[in-house]
Amino acid sequence: MSRIAACFARLRDANRGALITFLEAYDPDPATSLAILRGMPAAGADIIEVGMPFTDPMADGPTVQAAGQRALKAGATLAKTLAMVRDFRKHDATTPIVLMGYLNPIDSYGVAEFCRDAEVSGVDGLIIVDLPTEESDLILPHSTKHKLDFIRLIAPTTDEARLPVVLNGSSGFVYYVSITGITGTRVANADEFGRAVPLVRRHTDLPIAIGFGVRTPDQAANAVRAADAAVVGSALIDTMVKTLDENGRAGPETVSSVLALVRDLADGIRGARSAA
Amino acid sequence: MTHIDSKTAGAKTGETYPANSLRTGPDERGRFGQFGGRFVAETLMPLILELEAAYNVAREDESFRTELDLLLKNYVGRPSPLWFAQRLTERLGGAKIYFKREELNHTGSHKINNCLGQILLARRMGKTRIIAETGAGQHGVATATVCALFGLPCTVYMGATDVERQQPNVFRMKLLGAEVKPVTSGAGTLKDAMNEALRDWVANVRDTYYLIGTVAGPHPYPQMVRDFQAIIGEEAKAQMLEAEGRLPDVAIAAVGGGSNAMGLFHPLLDEPSVKLIGVEAGGHGIDTPAHAASLTGGRPGVLHGNRTYLLQDQDGQILEGHSISAGLDYPGIGPEHSWLHDIGRVEYVPVTDNEALEAFQLCSQAEGIIPALECAHALAHVTKIAPQMKKTEIILLNLSGRGDKDIFTVARHLGVSL
Repeated sequence: MSRIAACFARLRDANRGALITFLEAYDPDPATSLAILRGMPAAGADIIEVGMPFTDPMADGPTVQAAGQRALKAGATLAKTLAMVRDFRKHDATTPIVLMGYLNPIDSYGVAEFCRDAEVSGVDGLIIVDLPTEESDLILPHSTKHKLDFIRLIAPTTDEARLPVVLNGSSGFVYYVSITGITGTRVANADEFGRAVPLVRRHTDLPIAIGFGVRTPDQAANAVRAADAAVVGSALIDTMVKTLDENGRAGPETVSSVLALVRDLADGIRGARSAA
Repeated sequence: MTHIDSKTAGAKTGETYPANSLRTGPDERGRFGQFGGRFVAETLMPLILELEAAYNVAREDESFRTELDLLLKNYVGRPSPLWFAQRLTERLGGAKIYFKREELNHTGSHKINNCLGQILLARRMGKTRIIAETGAGQHGVATATVCALFGLPCTVYMGATDVERQQPNVFRMKLLGAEVKPVTSGAGTLKDAMNEALRDWVANVRDTYYLIGTVAGPHPYPQMVRDFQAIIGEEAKAQMLEAEGRLPDVAIAAVGGGSNAMGLFHPLLDEPSVKLIGVEAGGHGIDTPAHAASLTGGRPGVLHGNRTYLLQDQDGQILEGHSISAGLDYPGIGPEHSWLHDIGRVEYVPVTDNEALEAFQLCSQAEGIIPALECAHALAHVTKIAPQMKKTEIILLNLSGRGDKDIFTVARHLGVSL
């Protein structure tokens, strides 16, 4: 069983939703970013999304855009992002790692080579924002061969007729984009995703995560009442940014403040179903 | 290379192409060879498919074409004239040089051809808000113009750097009632404006139509914009036959994203006697990092919804293009150009900022036509090849825009303060 499937099976037995946390690799620097990554599981993250920095993140709001800029300035490349996952795996064999980003750096690396190196580095799944189902044959044979889950995004604009098309070839979990918009700019409406998630559920047995627009422990709790996981990204980065100095350098509070929010989010999720 | 049924491809109503035609692309996946495609977030995917379906219905609809033709005639002033540039021809002492005068169109460039086509489509789709990206501001002005004409609210994204260097066009857009949003991310040029327009579209996908100005972006944009611009080449072909009784030996145009060039080239692709030349922005020189020659200096990748040649580093990070012309400094190019480059049908050459500046002045003084800096790049290449050609040979140049917008930039480079 894959790490992602094992994680969701364990949480299902415990009747608990999953907390999926996001960080941009190398933001604001390699050491701080690795320290946050290593600290996230103990703080309560069940699955971690690692952002692969890209110059032109078209689906991201200002927070993740700025994170990508800091990361690139700090020397991030796709190869170094994979190396960071390898470093993480030295001390953690169970927490699933999902890489999230855009196609061009992967295309430039070589799709086959990237999937091979991702597997070797201990990556469990991929989310490639600008690779819709219609173009996914580019990567699917390679990701399947290297046991990488190919996680698809479902948007509020995806109608029911299209759902089977998008879900065909999906694995790991389904990522429900809970707002029409870019990351970190709107708050997800619980009524809306409350209606949408059961519809998606009719077409898949995979766990469903809600992301884009989940920021607080309360919102994360709402998300796991409707779905199986909540993804939090921009809120963690915003918290980190508050600790940076005027040159964007990490301070003494940088790692601990991010992990403190992870802990609060985890508490929110743990209380969600018992309080419901 | 495989060829597909012309019914699904770029043919206009009732038009069919021979089996070995180069005009049948894109295929049903929106590809020209390996280039093109639909690389967008899922949020946009349903809309892209809806747009494709709506376009396929519209292009087969006689009433759509009739309405567009009437607007092109009475609002734009088409057909644009073909001008024999006699003094420039004499000056260069070789081939006869003709200009296709797209700069005489309403709004001063070829951009309006496409904007009218797309705004009719947006109206058919029931969209109530228009967004666009612009570099030099020509597409922004053309979009703001058609939005005024059709009474639709318009938001134009423009890189902050471009807002600075294209003030007259910014003011024009505002006069026309558009909102101009300066984009400060990246280098604040066309690439960043396109990112921001895509972000706006994702957030407002239900009521908003994204009016892309060039032959790039996800399918069906490269095909659709090309089809709306192909009137340039169709008219020029007939006008050349009337003026000279034959087609030109060379057809040449500047290439940023590539819409004016594709509009000229596409109707000529199946005419093997016509050599086609696209002129890229060589900036400070393609041996420097400061250029925007995607084909000469880039390699294939994926950006803004399509696979095409891009300026990128080893890690696949996109580089900033540079050109004296704000309309050319885009690090990518339309996917059909990438394909035409790879199969060798079109030759793509770079021209530097300085060469373009010289041609800008030459054209102004020899012909009494101040060309856009974009076209000055194509003109610069004409000054190189025309003297090498026979006096009986013919060059057709697409003069795609007028240069009024560029006088401040040119003055600054010539050390003149206005």
